[in-house]
Amino acid sequence: MREKILTVIEKNSRIDLKELAIILGVDEAAILNELAAMEKEHVICGYHTLINWEKTGVEKVMAMIEVRVTPQRGMGFDKVAERIYNYPEVESVYLISGSFDFMVVLDGKNLREVSQFVSEKLSTLDSVLSTKTNFILKKYKDHGTIMAEPPKDERMKIAP
Amino acid sequence: MRNPLSKQIVEIEPSGIRKFFDIVNEMEDAISLGVGEPDFDTPWHIREEGIYSLEKGRTFYTSNAGLKELKIEISRYMDRKFHLDYDYNHEIIVTVGGSEAIDIAMRAMIDPGDEVLIPQPSFVCYPPCALLAGGKPVVIELKEENEFRLTAEEVLAAVTPKTKILVLPFPNNPTGSVMEKKDLEEIAKVVIDHDLFVISDEIYSELTYGSSHVSIASLPGMQERTITINGFSKSYAMTGWRLGYACGPKEIIEQMLKIHQFAIMCAPTTSQYAAVEALKNGDGDVEKMRQEYDGRRRYLLHRLREMGIECFEPYGAFYMFPNIKQFGMTSEEFAKQLLEKEKVAVVPGTAFGESGEGFLRISYAYSLEDLKAALGRIENFVCTLKREQ
Repeated sequence: MREKILTVIEKNSRIDLKELAIILGVDEAAILNELAAMEKEHVICGYHTLINWEKTGVEKVMAMIEVRVTPQRGMGFDKVAERIYNYPEVESVYLISGSFDFMVVLDGKNLREVSQFVSEKLSTLDSVLSTKTNFILKKYKDHGTIMAEPPKDERMKIAP
Repeated sequence: MRNPLSKQIVEIEPSGIRKFFDIVNEMEDAISLGVGEPDFDTPWHIREEGIYSLEKGRTFYTSNAGLKELKIEISRYMDRKFHLDYDYNHEIIVTVGGSEAIDIAMRAMIDPGDEVLIPQPSFVCYPPCALLAGGKPVVIELKEENEFRLTAEEVLAAVTPKTKILVLPFPNNPTGSVMEKKDLEEIAKVVIDHDLFVISDEIYSELTYGSSHVSIASLPGMQERTITINGFSKSYAMTGWRLGYACGPKEIIEQMLKIHQFAIMCAPTTSQYAAVEALKNGDGDVEKMRQEYDGRRRYLLHRLREMGIECFEPYGAFYMFPNIKQFGMTSEEFAKQLLEKEKVAVVPGTAFGESGEGFLRISYAYSLEDLKAALGRIENFVCTLKREQ
């Protein structure tokens, strides 16, 4: 049942509880229990909103930083990651296989803010060997959602 | 000037759905629950394969019966899904949608005067196709109390010495009814006893929400007397690609191929390449869409029953067939008024045969948001009717 609930709310966290129960063919109370349990176990980590900031007046700059580090003795990468992800400017951090170690996604007000963060905070960390900053020019799709407006229903209105 | 028209074709009524279509199309702000095709786009990897085939310049005819590669994939699919063994070389033909397959199957099997049993309500094309093939359509009226399944008794009551073919349209459009294995076994017995043939239209076979679809051809003694029709429109959301197929005994497929070869040549090449990809890597897409439909199905049924509209629970296709007899109107009147007053389009049950009187076809090939909006309006309409009563 967990998987079923998650599949639906991953795409629509605002769905009405009663509706969710009807769609899945299960009891409302059972869903409520599962949701509470999953929140407690941190299976569900939050209910966020996907915003196309480009359509607002708010200026935003995003960058993906490739970071190479030396893992700390006895702690591996996790300790280094923690020092990075605790900055509120950091949107997400992934450990990556391949030619670098972390992919750090930054969310800033403007270019200067982002580059300042990289040069002053990120690259000055002891274990950071190098950084490579990639600014995001345009976001096409995020969280499985295409940013462009969805096409209209072009089907004929009545068909056998 | 002489009358240029054939008497037979003039006598055939145009599709009943058409009249209604014209009215709906003039209303710009109407919400429709009247569509008989998926709301999903064809999965991208399938579209890509079509595009790729065009880029590669695969713009020629294929062999009449279809691409070898596609026929092999169809043969594998029939085995994987229904445990049916068809020789791709002689027992499969790729057609322009399931509709062409129905037409040429009838034309290949019917002699003048042969009777064709057609359960109704059902898709609109069977009686005209039977007529155009020279046959005599004999309608079997399915009953709500049987959840619109076909029973052996109903077939027996309709069989005459002239009966040659039974059309089996399940999972059913417009009722959403399905036939389970035990139902089919009883039908198969009658078919074999009376030496009939079956044209089994299984275009909705992937869309069942209880047990998996069983193909009547997989029952003992049935493969040799069944033409199984399927296609890509409903399962892979590929209606516009116009691609279907028929599987059956070599002797029948061979004759169908002759008609196809003279009338059609071959199914569209681009669609055939895309379909290979669908069968090879599309199972996951089908399952995703099926689950989505299933959620909507539960929601729609719940809402209808909540409004006090009777409806049996359908386990197939993407239609619901609620009973509106309590409102004392014909299906057409109800649908017309619903359209005029609340601007929601549904299809009157009578578009699918006389036995659809008193019912509506509501499609749930719509997003949950659209369904919700339309159901809100239907609820208004029903409340007003009840108050007036």
